[in-house]
Amino acid sequence: MRQFIQDIAENSHYRATHLLQILRQVQSRYHYIPEEAIAQLSGLLNIPRTQIISVIEFYSFLHLTPRGQYELLISDSITDHMLGKKDLFDYLAKKLDIAVGEVRKDGLVSLDNTSCTGMCDQGPAGLVNGYALTRLDCAGIDKIAELINQQKPLNEWPSELFQVDDNIYKPGLLLSQQIEQGAALKSAFKRGIKETLKEIDYSGLRGRGGAGFKTAIKWQFCSEEQQAERYVVCNADEGEPGTFKDRVLLNSYADQVFEGMTVCAAIIGARQGFLYLRGEYLHLHDKLQTILDQRRQNGLLGNNILGAGLYFDIEIRLGAGAYICGEESALIESLEGKAGVPRNRPPYPVTQGYLGKPTVVNNVETFLAAACIAVNGGDWFASIGTEKSKGTKILSISGDCAQPGIYEYPFGTTIQTVLNDCGASDVLGVQIGGPSGTFISNQELERKLAFEDLATGGSFIVFNSSRNILDVVHNFTHFFAHESCGFCTPCRVGTSLLKKQIDKIVEGHGSAGDIVALEELCQLVKNYSHCGLGQTAANPILTTLERYLGLYENQLKEISFEPGFDLDGALEIARRMANRYDAGAHLAQTDESGSRPIASLPPSLAVGE
Amino acid sequence: MANKIRVATTSLAGCFGCHMSFLDIDERMLQLAEVVEFDRSPITDIEHCTNCDIGLIEGGVCNSENVHVLREFRKNCKILVAVGACAINGGLPALRNHIPLEECLNEAYIEGIGVEKPKIPSDIELPLLLNQVHPIHEVVKIDYFLPGCPPSADVFWKFLTDLIEGREPSLPYELVHYD
Repeated sequence: MRQFIQDIAENSHYRATHLLQILRQVQSRYHYIPEEAIAQLSGLLNIPRTQIISVIEFYSFLHLTPRGQYELLISDSITDHMLGKKDLFDYLAKKLDIAVGEVRKDGLVSLDNTSCTGMCDQGPAGLVNGYALTRLDCAGIDKIAELINQQKPLNEWPSELFQVDDNIYKPGLLLSQQIEQGAALKSAFKRGIKETLKEIDYSGLRGRGGAGFKTAIKWQFCSEEQQAERYVVCNADEGEPGTFKDRVLLNSYADQVFEGMTVCAAIIGARQGFLYLRGEYLHLHDKLQTILDQRRQNGLLGNNILGAGLYFDIEIRLGAGAYICGEESALIESLEGKAGVPRNRPPYPVTQGYLGKPTVVNNVETFLAAACIAVNGGDWFASIGTEKSKGTKILSISGDCAQPGIYEYPFGTTIQTVLNDCGASDVLGVQIGGPSGTFISNQELERKLAFEDLATGGSFIVFNSSRNILDVVHNFTHFFAHESCGFCTPCRVGTSLLKKQIDKIVEGHGSAGDIVALEELCQLVKNYSHCGLGQTAANPILTTLERYLGLYENQLKEISFEPGFDLDGALEIARRMANRYDAGAHLAQTDESGSRPIASLPPSLAVGE
Repeated sequence: MANKIRVATTSLAGCFGCHMSFLDIDERMLQLAEVVEFDRSPITDIEHCTNCDIGLIEGGVCNSENVHVLREFRKNCKILVAVGACAINGGLPALRNHIPLEECLNEAYIEGIGVEKPKIPSDIELPLLLNQVHPIHEVVKIDYFLPGCPPSADVFWKFLTDLIEGREPSLPYELVHYD
């Protein structure tokens, strides 16, 4: 192990910014990060061991205790549940003879849940040692269990288990025509760098991650900073449940994305770029690396790009299972090898980003659009869309529809049009923009995709009338509690309290006052959290409370108050240990007399009779 | 002196530190006694409360008796107040929540150093322990929360005088600022 760690540290030039990448390799080799590795890395990278431990504890794909040689993670997204995840998960656990969250005694396999893996159109999905599994069914699980028990290496597993499809059903302005490799750069150099920025400005392009900041302004601000070094970062940490368009763009349009990054580098004067790829998309890594190599060979990256004197290169950095790293300042922290805790903003990344230098962070789709605009000009893009939202938006559609997949629409398109195209006839509601977005009911289907109406990073989940909205809210609220980075109290504690309170109501322990308490808590988490995660964590509850108050009220009991946990059950251990079965050894769940029968005779009597 | 405001107080899984802090209002106790009379409270030794206006609860809920007492207070007090860190969050007694109850009882009564005649106490007079210590608002509806470990005498004074004089109670920043 000493030699292995020495080698990877050396390959990373002993830079602490590579800590996360190094730890990923250690995890992948040993299935955990051994204490000796931490001690050795602390010396080699010259950072405290506690800092390394904090990074390991932060990312859900890194572990301080051994996981199985086959580490199975099953996606816990609502879309996986809609496709029967729970039964499959139980079946898998039984088949492998393993408890959820544990390692089997022989150390061969471990099983757990993970947040949405971005395979919502081809779930139920999972990961084995980081590689995506799709369309899981009982037959597939039988096969997987067999392969694991035979200890077959992953590269000998049948490829259909890992098959990931693009499922592009409706290509639009950006997806219908691939631009030639190098075309955007050639156009940009020919037109002039300043003029190209002007074209991007004319195009009205706004960031596609969801927030919608104007791209040209961001690039201009960055280029105006008085600093020698600048960076371009492509945010491919697509963690919002229900979003998977970036996976498709990187699978089939990566050249254009890299080209967009290179155009940005030319405009702002950056020499180094990063693609921050979410850990769940490990299967794309080698393919993307090959494309980068090819671009270097073709003179589109590296020294003197296209003879224009530009130096720029792109490095791929992998995440390790943290939704929060999609927030740009958390992503930058992660790029620096640290835990992904969002920074205070301002200063914004355009002034102080990676290593404190001016940095442009944009979504995958934004760079793709920028490359196309560099070729086709600003008017081409601006002629489509609405006044405030130019161009098109690529949607990842999943849930209750005939054809889940990728659809591209001009801004201003109505939700009804989208539903018609994807084959969703029975619609209860649609979650637009993922859990952090908005739930709209079937009375609002004439609303439009646009920053000024329904803004979205691309997630579009359809629910039919057989679905229970409270199950959806329950899933999303648990998701946020799991993904809170823990930095600020309103979010760390607040998301857990939201989870407890929604559980209480969903499980039928709620009573008068609990909805008011829930709403107050939502406002607190929303208004006092440090970053977007906490500020939007209450959205699933708030947007459904607004529309379906009756649904919540129906869950409430008609008593003034009921505890959120089983009071009598909480006495069971003490009862057993003290061997007490008298009436005084029991508690009624509520104070109202007769509302709950006092339980059980002594087991000895019950069995004996 | 007929219609005095009736106040009841108790300590559940607490240390009586909040009660001691309440007594620190010192000579203002006389002023308070002009408008308030105490019902069930360690001050009076009355065993059960009846028809009170304000109930002050110190400590969290750790056993079945705590649940019964808390319910008696809820039934008989118009306004029920969680007083201090343990009532609000479980506090110090809740440190045992990370340890399974079996281990706690085994350590205390069976395996601990110096234990003679090891046996888990069992008597119908003894309340049973809950698996975990809970804040009181998880068991009954609570109207107000007085933070602090303990809340200072001035917190008690400000809160009670606000209520007695018919104002919505509010604690200025100085009273809830701890460092």
